Amino acid sequence: MDSALLIHRIHFAFTATFHYLFPQLTMGLALLIVVLKTIGLRRNDPVYHEAARFWGKIFGINFVLGVVTGIPMEFQFGTNWSHFSRYAGGVIGQTLAMEGMFAFFLESAMVGLFLFGEKRLSPKGHWWTAVAVFAGSWLSGYFIVATDAFMQYPVGYYTDADGNLQLASFWAFLLNRWAGWQYAHTMCGAVTTGAFVMTGVGAFYMLSGKFLNHARVFIKIGVITGCLFSVLQIVPTGDRQGKLVTELQPVTLAAMEGLFHGQEGAPLVIVGQPNEEERKIDNPIAVPKMLSMLTYRRWNANVRGLDAFPRQDWPGNIPLLYYSYHIMVGLGTFFIAIMALSGLLLWSGKLYSARWMMWILLLSVPFPYIANTAGWMTVELGRQPWVVYGLMRTIDGYSKFVSAGNGMFTLLGFMGMYMVLGILGLFLVWREIEHGPESHRELVGLSTAEAV
Amino acid sequence: MASVWFWIVAVMVAAYAVLDGFDLGAGAIYLIAAKTNDERRRVLRAIGPVWDGNEVWLLTAGGTLYFAFPRIYASSFSGFYLPLMIVLWLLILRAIGIEFRVHIDNRVWQDFFDVVFSVSSILLAIFFGAALGNVIRGVPLDSTGYFFEPLWVSFKLEERIGILDWYTALTGVMALVALAAHGSYYIGLKTDEDLGRRARGLALLCWPVQFFLTFMTLVSTYFIRPEIMDNYGRHKAGLLIPAVVVVCLGIMLWANPKGKEKLAFAASSLYITFMLVGAAFATYPVMLPARDHRYDLTIYNSAAGAHGLSVALVWWIFAAVLAVGYFVFVYWMFRGKVQLEGGH
Repeated sequence: MDSALLIHRIHFAFTATFHYLFPQLTMGLALLIVVLKTIGLRRNDPVYHEAARFWGKIFGINFVLGVVTGIPMEFQFGTNWSHFSRYAGGVIGQTLAMEGMFAFFLESAMVGLFLFGEKRLSPKGHWWTAVAVFAGSWLSGYFIVATDAFMQYPVGYYTDADGNLQLASFWAFLLNRWAGWQYAHTMCGAVTTGAFVMTGVGAFYMLSGKFLNHARVFIKIGVITGCLFSVLQIVPTGDRQGKLVTELQPVTLAAMEGLFHGQEGAPLVIVGQPNEEERKIDNPIAVPKMLSMLTYRRWNANVRGLDAFPRQDWPGNIPLLYYSYHIMVGLGTFFIAIMALSGLLLWSGKLYSARWMMWILLLSVPFPYIANTAGWMTVELGRQPWVVYGLMRTIDGYSKFVSAGNGMFTLLGFMGMYMVLGILGLFLVWREIEHGPESHRELVGLSTAEAV
Repeated sequence: MASVWFWIVAVMVAAYAVLDGFDLGAGAIYLIAAKTNDERRRVLRAIGPVWDGNEVWLLTAGGTLYFAFPRIYASSFSGFYLPLMIVLWLLILRAIGIEFRVHIDNRVWQDFFDVVFSVSSILLAIFFGAALGNVIRGVPLDSTGYFFEPLWVSFKLEERIGILDWYTALTGVMALVALAAHGSYYIGLKTDEDLGRRARGLALLCWPVQFFLTFMTLVSTYFIRPEIMDNYGRHKAGLLIPAVVVVCLGIMLWANPKGKEKLAFAASSLYITFMLVGAAFATYPVMLPARDHRYDLTIYNSAAGAHGLSVALVWWIFAAVLAVGYFVFVYWMFRGKVQLEGGH
């Protein structure tokens, strides 16, 4: 592989993956904070208000990290992927600009008021700022998914005389049918992260015997939303997303499932390692005919394997794609199990005293992050070898005039910078958790913008 | 339609320079103007609720350039690869400098983030000025429509050029001084007591340097690209732009010592706007001039398709009205002089 291509790919992949550690939490928390504030307002319960303030602090730290790691994403389309940008910018530039114009202006204006405006605003007014932050962050998610959807399944464009893509239909592009399910699936993933983090912190307090009133609220809200969204994650959103891949990127589906040879009544491989050289799965544990059922709803349906497609159209890294996909699905199933069990215990009133379950909930916190990352890796690796599916190959899209050496220099620079950010972020979030939600009895004043 | 987008991008860049300019400038004077912890907290409070929104103008201007002129976005972002990456790192450092300082009440922690915030603000102002200098001077575009500029080759403007030469270094320093003055007027407007007085004093100190550098930059620009005057020759009304710049400089000098803080800040904002509008007027319809003018990227050879541009105008106007609404609301919520809690 061309080393410059590899470096530019890793450059984008690394910065995007690191960036997405923050928005998945802030988008999830934004919804949960609205829930906490709504209940607090309805019941006039100070514990809920303190909980909302505490999570606002955690949100604030993650929001800053999301903003500073997000700006490089917007730049890298031009710096590292200039040939792709020249080719497709007339189309995908629209959603990227809309994200800034509609979502970032709203978010940046409201987040300060939300975090520091509680004293000067009325309770209703402050509730509205939380809703606005939620709306801004979820809107921003849509524009990004719509941009990605065009790269996965280009619609609403035409090719101009110079061979570049131009917008033909704004609505076809914006309401790409790929975008709808992918957005729902992505947002469920974000709420799952938020729910697991909230539950995990609650479990941590329970196990430490501190802040028990708040811990119960965190666990209750976290488990209820976690139950709901971990199910929605698979049915309908994951299932429908899978159907879209089956229909629109059949070769990707074959690679994800490790189906080297097409067949009627194709099995679903649960465990096993793809062996590209011999074109088979090593040590497979498979459910017979299940893949046919899941993709076409018929036990004997013919599922096309990789052998049905020319070699040069196969995703470039089949093992990585296969593992990402299987890790995502495996973890998704695990989330339902944990949340359903916690839900049952909650319902029977035994959850808070079940220390073993608290340990499981605490130790589960990293897994939604892994699942969200694996999910994005599945969709982006699955798109390969194309940068715009079926139209432009990834190898034609990177900045040809930015050498591998320069790319490596800035990649390493980002790695160092992000390591510092990661350490700072963990350190500051840990301090908030250690201080606990009870320090948030006092309203914070409006002018303390310094404390974002 | 492409002309409309040329001016929209120009106005967005100007909005960015005026808005983020004052918080960059506040960062540039931060260590000198604000001596005590209380004063530093007040500077951070003055920009705290607004800096992030101000910076969004940079993103949206970039995004608008991206879809309206994909070719220019692609060429300039990859061509200015190294300085842009450094700008990104500085933006990251500056943001955490502002936002993370107050999390821990420890002298060493605070001093560290104070320096991070101020130094990154100073360097950003210089980089943005140098970037503008590069765009006016012209870049080594060739028939591929791309270029790659090293950071520096020779300070004399010769055949091979880099990001920094005497001209772009001049525009970099010019930007730093103009933004430091701009930030000083803002801090003078938003704070009182010693801090406000010191900021207004710094603005006064900046003025002669700013006047001299403005003059030097205009003369040097004419020296390296005489054709920059062509548009002014064709449309005499354009000469109003430098006239406004001069008047604004005059108002800044007059209003500041009289304590007319709002007027001085407004004049400084107009000064920055008209410097940029003047540059855009001079280069129009070229957006990214090449050293060899055959390869200039203009609004004619770089604009996106007509349908995309017309549709975008509809949502852009709608979104811009909303955005202005948020800005008015936030600035109104945080109006007046900054007060610290606890009786300061």
